[in-house]
Amino acid sequence: MEPLRIHEGLVCPLNRTNIDTDQIIPKQFLKRIERSGFGQFLFYNWRFDDDGNPRPDFPLNASQYKGASILVAGENFGCGSSREHAPWAIQDFGFKVIIAPSYADIFKNNCVKNGILAIQATEEEVQTIIKKAETKGYTLTVNLEKQVVTDKEGFEIHFDIAPYPKEMLLNGWDEIGVTLNYEDKIKQYELAHS
Amino acid sequence: MQTPKNIIQKIWEQHVVHQEEGKPDLLYIDLHLVHEVTSPQAFEGLRMNGRKVRRPDLTYATMDHNVPTRERHMIKDPISKKQIDTLKQNCQEFGVTLADINHPDNGIVHVIGPELGLTQPGKTIVCGDSHTSTHGAFGALAFGIGTSEVEHVLATQTLWQARPKTLNVKVNGKLGTGVTAKDLILAIIGKFGVKFGTGYVIEYTGEAIRAMSMEERMTVCNMSIEGGARAGLISPDDTTIEYLRGRKYVPQGEAFEAAAARWKALATDEGAVYDAVVEIDAAEVEPQVTWGTNPGMCIPVTANVPSPEDTEKASEKDEIKRALKYMGLEAGQPISSVKIDHVFIGSCTNSRLSDLRKAAEVIRGKRVAPSVKAIVVPGSFSVKLAAEKEGLDQVFTEAGFEWRDSGCSMCLGMNDDIIPSGERCASTSNRNFEGRQGKGARTHLVSPEMAAAAAIAGHFVDVRKFTAQEVM
Ligand code: SF4
Repeated sequence: MEPLRIHEGLVCPLNRTNIDTDQIIPKQFLKRIERSGFGQFLFYNWRFDDDGNPRPDFPLNASQYKGASILVAGENFGCGSSREHAPWAIQDFGFKVIIAPSYADIFKNNCVKNGILAIQATEEEVQTIIKKAETKGYTLTVNLEKQVVTDKEGFEIHFDIAPYPKEMLLNGWDEIGVTLNYEDKIKQYELAHS
Repeated sequence: MQTPKNIIQKIWEQHVVHQEEGKPDLLYIDLHLVHEVTSPQAFEGLRMNGRKVRRPDLTYATMDHNVPTRERHMIKDPISKKQIDTLKQNCQEFGVTLADINHPDNGIVHVIGPELGLTQPGKTIVCGDSHTSTHGAFGALAFGIGTSEVEHVLATQTLWQARPKTLNVKVNGKLGTGVTAKDLILAIIGKFGVKFGTGYVIEYTGEAIRAMSMEERMTVCNMSIEGGARAGLISPDDTTIEYLRGRKYVPQGEAFEAAAARWKALATDEGAVYDAVVEIDAAEVEPQVTWGTNPGMCIPVTANVPSPEDTEKASEKDEIKRALKYMGLEAGQPISSVKIDHVFIGSCTNSRLSDLRKAAEVIRGKRVAPSVKAIVVPGSFSVKLAAEKEGLDQVFTEAGFEWRDSGCSMCLGMNDDIIPSGERCASTSNRNFEGRQGKGARTHLVSPEMAAAAAIAGHFVDVRKFTAQEVM
């Protein structure tokens, strides 16, 4: 996994609440047995009409958001199914950071495992960012070390993140590798409980 | 005297392998259920790193999401077939027990776990599927995980988990006649919202919960995730013990009695506290129908479809507008006036024997409305067989339902069972998200009884009146 320390990127707003993982990656695309290549199907039913043509009014299709790497959305983002195909698709499409007022637990967990930073901001902060991003090409700089997001106009927000996911993201660690260092303790547990 | 504890705290403490300041706990996993959709990348990860499945004996696999419900040995979609074949190969290679597509133990992962007695009180249970919360009905701590976590559990039999907050959902009083476990859980999510449980594990308590059978408790716990909680559970009692007695994978004889005593001791202590408590009066719950595009958008069958004007909040107005548009409904129209095209009785929420029995009771001797296409998909092979033994398949087919083989089927439409765009389905499943049952499909979540009554009437009806009429 790639470490994520400081990231500067274009913002794409998606001003909807309760965006579920069935929308992020519809089920017909869950049949692959690989981990990559899901980006083309991201928000498929919202991005494309019945004939497979891009819907011009959907933000991800707008030329002004082309190349965006920061996705900003409404509350309870990623609710529903536990499918990790959702963060895979988000990442494969090019997003590295998500900003929303709240997330579903499983989704948030899945993000960390894939090196995506899911920032929890207040409803007000999110709306401010969305407004700015809707009117012009808008970039933000995310500093995970310092836990702050800034733009070039002096806008600044601080966010909370627990120490463990922060460390994982900063270092881009493979979690299984980390856990295998605890082999002795796992063995002890198994002996005591068998 | 020791401080009283709730069951969530007790199970957690029994499973901590390692604890350290500033880190989540390393938690031991007792049972890992695997299915074909969320596991291929995890097994691939093991292979790439030269890792083994640490405890194949604590791992159990089934195939359910993709399986056809007709002619199941012939999977027409090549990609579905590939996923199913991949699981088979992976299970062989890594030594994992698999309830293969034609195995008598096969079925929806959350139906067979309890049926086989793999699900037991006090266990930590995970599966790459969010409805793993179902197993909480037995007093197990059971939650859905992503594919990276599936790989992590396969390799280490553990997970790093932050200690969850605990939430007590207290259901006071009794449910009325014709009001089911499904209606209760929908009403809870309708009342408290689709994210009230985020960050929590729920324990359901109260008179109405105690009165429920295990199958009803599974329906309630199943949908905990729709309220945002990764897990929801119910303290074990005699109902739990009697359900488990004699099942394939539980201890037998004296060992069972010893286990039963341990299980009962897990129940929440008198005076234990939670991080939060919410209450609901069971007597006030009516049969529910969802009108919108998430499970919190539900109303009693006696009510009218809400309007964007009912709320002040701009984001909510917007959500209601979008949902009405997608669902093709008018604000203010009685939900009972809504005509349906399809009925689906099935899914890990409502496809067990008692669900099928109750639905069959409603339709016995009647005919499905001519405009309605109705199917029943039992949750497992063994549910199907048991139902056929009682002649329920006859009742359904005589009424005009199709009687299918088991699987997830129309709950998410990964196989051929999908609802065409713009058509409307009364479904006993758990998610009414846009496109869940097919692109453009309109899903209304209801109980099996309500689905059965709607199939006959061709539109939503209050099942309480529907059956009363019949008696008259
Ligand atoms: S029945 Fe539906 S909700 Fe349950 S496991 Fe299958 S797809 Fe998931």
